[in-house]
Amino acid sequence: MKQVYAVPKSLQPQATHYCPGCTHGIAHKLVAETIDELGVRDRAIGVAPVGCAVFAYDYFDCDFQQAAHGRAPAVATGIRRVVPDAVVFTYQGDGDLASIGAAEIIHAAMRGERISVIFINNAVYGMTGGQMAPTTLVGQKTTTSPAGRELGHAGSPIRIAEMLATIPGAAYVARVSLSSPANVARAKKAIRKAFDTQLSGAGFSLVECLSTCPTNWGMAPIEAMEWLEKNMIPYYPLGEFRTPEGGASNG
Amino acid sequence: MAERKLFKGNEAVAEAAVRAGCRFFFGYPITPQNEIPEYMSRRLPEVGGVFLQAESEIAAINMVYGAAGAGGRVMTSSSSPGISLKQEGISYIAGAELPCLIVNMVRGGPGLGGIQAAQSDYFQAVKGGGHGDYHCIVYTPSSVQEMVDLTMQAFDVAERYRMPVMILGDAVLGQMMEPVVLPDPRPTDAASAGWATTGARDGRAPRLINSIYLKPDELFQHNLKLQARFEQAKAAEVRYEAVNTDDADVVLVAYGTTSRVCRSAMDRARAAGVRVGLVRPITVSPFPYQAIADVARTARALLTVEMSLGQMVEDVRLAVCGAAPVHFYGTTGGIVPTASAIAEEARKIAMAEVGK
Repeated sequence: MKQVYAVPKSLQPQATHYCPGCTHGIAHKLVAETIDELGVRDRAIGVAPVGCAVFAYDYFDCDFQQAAHGRAPAVATGIRRVVPDAVVFTYQGDGDLASIGAAEIIHAAMRGERISVIFINNAVYGMTGGQMAPTTLVGQKTTTSPAGRELGHAGSPIRIAEMLATIPGAAYVARVSLSSPANVARAKKAIRKAFDTQLSGAGFSLVECLSTCPTNWGMAPIEAMEWLEKNMIPYYPLGEFRTPEGGASNG
Repeated sequence: MAERKLFKGNEAVAEAAVRAGCRFFFGYPITPQNEIPEYMSRRLPEVGGVFLQAESEIAAINMVYGAAGAGGRVMTSSSSPGISLKQEGISYIAGAELPCLIVNMVRGGPGLGGIQAAQSDYFQAVKGGGHGDYHCIVYTPSSVQEMVDLTMQAFDVAERYRMPVMILGDAVLGQMMEPVVLPDPRPTDAASAGWATTGARDGRAPRLINSIYLKPDELFQHNLKLQARFEQAKAAEVRYEAVNTDDADVVLVAYGTTSRVCRSAMDRARAAGVRVGLVRPITVSPFPYQAIADVARTARALLTVEMSLGQMVEDVRLAVCGAAPVHFYGTTGGIVPTASAIAEEARKIAMAEVGK
C-alpha cells in the first residue's frame, strides 16, 4: 500500500498542549517536514520562546534551547557562533518577537545572522490569556483593550515582515497564512526557502505566519480562520518581501 | 613560558580568559570596562574565537546563554548599570545550569551613578541579583595578578559546578597597571560534551537547555539540585587571606581595592602600636563565614570597610553572630577610603574596647 502521509520524523509522536483549532500544530509540522526534507535533524538546534510555544522542545525531535522572553534571536546567535554548521531556528510569537524582543530580532537581521525565524502572528498574547499584542488590529478587542485597540492610544499594529525587509542582512523575509490548505502549501514553500537561505549562507531569514487563536479570540476554529482572512490579511499582506535573489512578490 | 608583563587590569582579565580557553565574548560598551571588549575584539580572532558586540547587555548575556548551552567557553563583561541589565539572563543561565564568566568592574550607583570605583554591587552579586533561588560563585580579586589567576580558574570552576561565575572588580582594579605573570595558555577540556546542544548527531538523543519547570514538585527538586551544587562549592571553593589576625585586637574585613587600603591602614596602626589584622575574602560567594567567626573569638572587635554604605558588613555580622562587636566604615559614590582614616577608625575602636 502506498503511504501518502506520515508524521514528520523531526516531530515526536505525541499530542500537543495547544488549544483545539490553534495553528501552532500546522506551523510545527511544516518546520519538521522541512528539517526532514533537508536531512538536517542531526544538526538542527531550535530555540523556543516564552509564550504558547514555550514547550516546542517537547514536540520537535532535535536539540533545543529555551530562551528568555524575546531573547531567542540572541540565544540563537550564541549557538550559531559556537556551532558553525548547525541549522539554527527560532520559533517565536508576536509578543515575544515584535514587542519585548524587537531589538533582538532587528539586530539579528542586521547582522545577517544565519538563522531562520518562524514568527507566529496571531494578533494576541495567547499564553497569558488574550492581552493586546503589538500586532493586535485597530479596533480588535482583547483583555487589555476591552473597548478595542484605539489608534490614538495604543498606536498602530506593527508590520514586522515589511520592517525587516528594509534590512540588507535579512536575505529572505516572507509573510504567509496558515488559514487554508492553499495558504498552508505556500507557507511550507516559504519555510523551506527560509531554511535553504540559511544553508546557502545568504543570511537571516524570517517567515511571518498569520495564525489563529480561537480560544482568546472567542471564536470557533473555522470562524477564526475566516476572521483571519477577512481582517488580518488586508492589513498584513501575504508575499515575499525580500529574497536572496533580490525579488519581492505579493500574493 | 610564563611571561612577566605590565598589564592594565581590564586587559589582563581579557588575556587571562583567552589563555584559559575562552573563545567567545559577547558584550556591550560601558565605562570603566571598555578595555575588555576592545582587547577581545583584537585578540579572539587571532585564536579562532569570536568577539561580537551585541545590541545591548540584555542581548549579550543571552548570547552567552546560547553559546554556553552549545558548549562554548564564553564570557561577558560590563559595569554596574550594565550588570543590572544582565540579571535576567544570569538568572536563566543559573536555572539552565550553564557555565560562564561574567566580569563586573563596579562603578558607583544607584542609577547611572558615576564611573569611579565602588563596591555597591555586593548585594546584587552575592545575594542573587536576578530572580529565583540561585547563587553565583563570586571572586573578589585585589590585584591585577589576582585577576589573572582567578580568571584562569573561573571557567573550570563554572564548568565544575555548572553555574555562572562572576569576577567582582571595580574601576580601580580595571584601570590600574601592575606587573603580572601570565600563565601559559591551557587547552580546554570537553566539560560540556555530555549535555551541550550541538545537534543530535550520531544517533544520540536530543538535548535541551531549559529553565522552565511548571510542576511545583519538579521545580522544587531542580532548585534542590542547584542548591546542593552550591553547597559543594561552599565546602570546596571558599577562599580568603588572613593577615596578622592571631594577636589582633581589631580585625579589618575588606575585599578588592578596599583590602589594599586596609593593608596600608593595618601597617600604619601597627606602627603606632595598635594591633590590627585583616581578613580579605577572595570569594564573597561562597562567603568565608567560618574564617570570620574564628577571628571573632580572639579579636576584641571587627571593622568592615567597604566602598559602599554597608553591604558585606551584613555577612560579617552573620558570621560573627554576636561574638564580637562589628563596626563599619564606608565611602561611596566613587570615593576610595584613605589608609589614615581607616587606621584612625581602628585606633578609636581599639581604645574603646581595651578601655571596657
